[in-house]
Amino acid sequence: MDSVRSGDPAGDPPSGPSGDPSGRVGYLPDRDQTLMKLVVAGPFGVGKTTLIRTLSEIATLHTEEAMTETGRPVDDLAGLPEKTTTTVAVDFGRLTLPGNVVLYMFGTPGQRRFFPLWQDIARGALGALVLADTRRLADSFEIMDMVEEQGLPYAVAVNRFPDAPVHPEEVLRAHLDLHPATPLLLCDAREREASLDALIALAEHVLDALPAASPATQERS
Amino acid sequence: MTAVPRRRMVPAYLATGGRSRPGGEGFERLTVLFADRAEPPTGLETEHRRLWDLLRPGALTVVEAAAHLRLPVSATVFLAADLVEAGCLRARAPIPPAQQTDRSIVERLLVGLRALR
Repeated sequence: MDSVRSGDPAGDPPSGPSGDPSGRVGYLPDRDQTLMKLVVAGPFGVGKTTLIRTLSEIATLHTEEAMTETGRPVDDLAGLPEKTTTTVAVDFGRLTLPGNVVLYMFGTPGQRRFFPLWQDIARGALGALVLADTRRLADSFEIMDMVEEQGLPYAVAVNRFPDAPVHPEEVLRAHLDLHPATPLLLCDAREREASLDALIALAEHVLDALPAASPATQERS
Repeated sequence: MTAVPRRRMVPAYLATGGRSRPGGEGFERLTVLFADRAEPPTGLETEHRRLWDLLRPGALTVVEAAAHLRLPVSATVFLAADLVEAGCLRARAPIPPAQQTDRSIVERLLVGLRALR
């Protein structure tokens, strides 16, 4: 699904170790690091994998996730099994941070019919970065609903495509029906600093959304 | 160490049937897996052996192992659970359970991200 990769020959999965681990495997440097998860969500082609690739320290990997599609005929009068499952490629990457933290970023499909998969991937995530494209803002509505249903704090990053219209923030906020506290930022998923800034804005928002801790650690904002 | 996974008589999706708790319970995508010893255990069936060989040089999460082996995450969890049960693989939760809702987790994320800026 989101496995379209420019520059890669179609249908030719990246070669990896099969049975014989080679130097291509990026092992975790330590066993005692704290591993955290953020999801990067949005419609097809909005730049999820680009952003993950921009930040990841390992070549982006993907898993093939078998999904039963709802809304498809399950019964078949002829008795021949109808193909009711579809395979979705879920891309992810990894970024080691100072402080013994490893951040995993998972690109998640934005369609409602993949909701169970979305829930499975989002479980345990600290937050979601929803990507949007001003040429088709409405394509991000479904995933925003799903993120909200999951109860996951999120930020919206508008990935700036060269020919995409530019709107004032208040217009974008109105179109996306954003809560005033939800961060909205512009970003170029190909640029490291812009992508980092998007994650920083998300992390700040996640922290703000958490219940205040003990008075000793409460002097934020 | 004599306990090694034996060949299954039932398919993977039925393999939890005879256990007191389902294999893979408590495993998630970011569970860290690492080999518990330097020598490969004997008697592993092919898929278990592939996972163990992959993890021999270092630690990986379940989802990374799945991607490298081109296996579904669910199947990788089953294999990992078998190997952990057999004592030749170890698994560790991504975040210490006591800290999962702790603000300090997110603060560490924020500090770490800002440091890369």
